[in-house]
Amino acid sequence: MSLQCTFRDAGTVTVVDFSGKITLGEGSALLRKTIRGLLDEGRMKLLIDLGDVDYIDSAGIGEMVTGYTTVKNRGGELKLLNLTKKVKDLLQITKLYTVFDVHSEEAEAVRSFK
Amino acid sequence: MTAEQKHLEVTLQTQVESVNLAEEMCLRVAEAAGFGEDDCYRIGMSVREGVINAFHYGNQERPDKKIHLAVDLTDVKMVIRVLDEGKGFDLASVPDPLAQENLLSTSGRGIFLMRSFMDEFDVATGRTGGAEIIMSKRLPLPAAAPNGNAGQQAAPKQEA
Repeated sequence: MSLQCTFRDAGTVTVVDFSGKITLGEGSALLRKTIRGLLDEGRMKLLIDLGDVDYIDSAGIGEMVTGYTTVKNRGGELKLLNLTKKVKDLLQITKLYTVFDVHSEEAEAVRSFK
Repeated sequence: MTAEQKHLEVTLQTQVESVNLAEEMCLRVAEAAGFGEDDCYRIGMSVREGVINAFHYGNQERPDKKIHLAVDLTDVKMVIRVLDEGKGFDLASVPDPLAQENLLSTSGRGIFLMRSFMDEFDVATGRTGGAEIIMSKRLPLPAAAPNGNAGQQAAPKQEA
């Protein structure tokens, strides 16, 4: 399943809902394009909902790290929401689970932004 | 090769689509061999990472080079080989992606994932002079396989 993406506002936070696979090629490219596009629109608080993403490969992980550092370097915040078990396991074994701010409840995640 | 062994070998183009193709082919073999869902995921991911490595680092995304994928199913394990036509590399020189200074690196996790997900993992210099990733997963116990005949239904012999 190719990656799909929509976004919506939750106060000053932009919630980005992804579904599908974030893998080498179109998936990782869409993630990159989406994050950069939102930053260019001035949306600096991004909550990435991965609840419907059950597969990420190393290219997808790399793109998530790129997104995280890009947002941070521009003075914004990027957080993750609703990790599936496989994605959570992947972030844990790569030690990225402690790098990203990960949440399981949207309202609480939105409140956590500065 | 004994009668119990099965062999599948394909030559793939150096293109993104080969990553999905290789993963799907190996998943079919793994499923037929009786691996459960979690192991199939780990095997599929490892094949994906091996082919990404060959596509990007080995063959430098050059379409005139090929990726050689081989799968062997013995009575005890599934062995996967991914060979590129690059210059090879020294496994010991690959940076540790878990080191603090590499945590935010945007690449370099493929080898780590293959090592984590498979029972055996090594890199050798292949017949092309490129890197050959060799990794394996032990077959599930026969009692856990459908009809108790793990590994007996898998792997059509194919050259492409």
